[in-house]
Amino acid sequence: MGLIEFKRVKKYFPIQRGFLESIFTKEKTFVRAVDDVSFSIAKGEVLGLVGESGSGKTTTGRLCVRLIAPTDGQILYEGKDIAKLHGKDLRLIRRRLQFTFQDPTSSLNPRMSIGNAIADAMRLQGIGTSDERKARTEEILERVGLSPVSTFYNRLPHQLSGGQKQRVVFARATILNPEFVVTDEPVAMVDVSIKAQILELMMDLKKEFDLTYLFITHDLATARHVCDRIAVMYLGRIVEVADRNRIYDDPLHPYSVGLMKAIPVPNPKVKSEAVLQGEIPSPIDPPTGCRFHPRCPKAFARCPVEEPELTDVGEDRQVACHLYS
Amino acid sequence: MTDLLKIEDLIVEYKTRRGAARGVDRISLKLQKNKTLGLAGESGCGKSTLGRAIINLVPHPGKILSGNIILNLDEDVPYEGGIISTGEVNIPYLGEKEMRALRGKEIAYIFQDPMTSLNPMVSIGSHYVETIQAHEPDVEKEEALERGSKMLESLGILAERIKDYPHQFSGGMRQRVMVGLGLVLKPTLLIADEPTTSLDVVVEAQILREMAELKEKFNLTMILITHNLGVLAQTADSIAVVYCGRVAELASTEALFEAPKHPYTQALLQSVPDVTKPDKKLTWIPGAPPDLTHLVPGCVYNPRCPHAMEICRSVQPPLIEVDDSSLVACHLYGG
Repeated sequence: MGLIEFKRVKKYFPIQRGFLESIFTKEKTFVRAVDDVSFSIAKGEVLGLVGESGSGKTTTGRLCVRLIAPTDGQILYEGKDIAKLHGKDLRLIRRRLQFTFQDPTSSLNPRMSIGNAIADAMRLQGIGTSDERKARTEEILERVGLSPVSTFYNRLPHQLSGGQKQRVVFARATILNPEFVVTDEPVAMVDVSIKAQILELMMDLKKEFDLTYLFITHDLATARHVCDRIAVMYLGRIVEVADRNRIYDDPLHPYSVGLMKAIPVPNPKVKSEAVLQGEIPSPIDPPTGCRFHPRCPKAFARCPVEEPELTDVGEDRQVACHLYS
Repeated sequence: MTDLLKIEDLIVEYKTRRGAARGVDRISLKLQKNKTLGLAGESGCGKSTLGRAIINLVPHPGKILSGNIILNLDEDVPYEGGIISTGEVNIPYLGEKEMRALRGKEIAYIFQDPMTSLNPMVSIGSHYVETIQAHEPDVEKEEALERGSKMLESLGILAERIKDYPHQFSGGMRQRVMVGLGLVLKPTLLIADEPTTSLDVVVEAQILREMAELKEKFNLTMILITHNLGVLAQTADSIAVVYCGRVAELASTEALFEAPKHPYTQALLQSVPDVTKPDKKLTWIPGAPPDLTHLVPGCVYNPRCPHAMEICRSVQPPLIEVDDSSLVACHLYGG
């Protein structure tokens, strides 16, 4: 059993319409951001969630920590369904689940010192006295490498570099001793030269706090470096889940194949290829059957008619494609 | 081989309240016809400043202080009030009218952000008409639209979508529209500043392939500015690694990735995740790029360099030829 488990989770966002339109048409339209997604993450694992923009990666991440409630389905955390929690129960569970957002600059209040921003997480949960919170904040600042602590404590976000801000974000996410952290594109906004530094910090924190990660990224090379398993998402669905080496060396789903081939490898001898045509369609009215069929080079008669289920194909990997069922 | 572009001892300076910062500090480069030169480096190293200097559009308060940017024209370019004749022209010494004739017509520039480069109030077609008529005022609107739709088609966009507005396009399509706008006047030099940075890998690979095809078709020479070394490995013929406005290493793409020479290039390559090498130990460059208004004496990279020697702290290394395929500015390689 995994630490966190998704069972047929759906998240539909209703589309706002004008008053007249809502009178004349009864039918409601939705953005199907996450549509029937099931997966599980084992304790201590790093699961990478990859896919193009608009595939539903971030929505899945937000569902994991219950920033939003699912439309349907179960989200099991240690076997307990957290999909419908609210109020005090939800606040208590959120201590154990944390989220770091893509852009560290907009994640931090520009008028709040970083020390206060970090300590605020404890205050909101009603933990400790103000002196205790300060002591704990200093400890965590030291831990994420923002020393001397006394000078960093009172700094404002604009006085920090992008890498340092990302450290503050991680400090704030770990101060409550969480068990599970969703991290959304943690290195997309930082310079190449310090990417490795942030990734190492993430891995150090994982060891120290015994964390489990859901690592959301569109950078497939980085995902291979840090994740244990990779889930590929396309248009609100998971199309393939496999061990990090298998999915890169031997991808099965035609979409995974196209993704892997498109990665620009920093080696002029390994040529990348654009095998996939077109772009990801709208999640408002996704294609019938397999959502990938209009772009799939291997599509056949069954694909536009029947939606493939994510099925086990052995070696601990799952694929949602008619070619393998 | 003729050089399409020669940059000699170029200095671009930004005057700030805290002092002068050199975005480009004595850079010399040559660019052969039909080749792609990549400019690599961290943010703030001067890649874009160099690109902007070539079209003489350095953002305020920057100014080209000295040096030459010599473009070799193979045909006369008419402008309001005269003709720039075939042969070499020195860009920093041209007037604004002459420069306007060259921009777009001879040198096209694709800016970083496709979301803000298009005017949301007018259709894609109007963008094309405006661009074409600015340089060829005799062209009728219908003909300009026709040329625009052909351009869109060669980039994989349906011709009828020329009537649509920017918000109706996805990020990848908008970038294609921009590439098309850059190429519709058949320029000889295309400068692309982070053309695929905000895009997903699949779309990135598609656009890079389309750009490569159009480069063949139009006999283009290209300067590709990006921090993504993977993209450069896939597209560039040679690469200049820029640090603090200076060229640290200039080498053929093969040589640069096979055997990087400058410690900065080595460190940069070591920090890039490689999907084909999952066990590669990623490292990072300690410290941050220095404040350009207060540079250290000697080699600008010495405070971050693991091989720094005594001489690095006092003498600035010149860019010298180390072997057939690379030029390096580092005291480790003689000089």
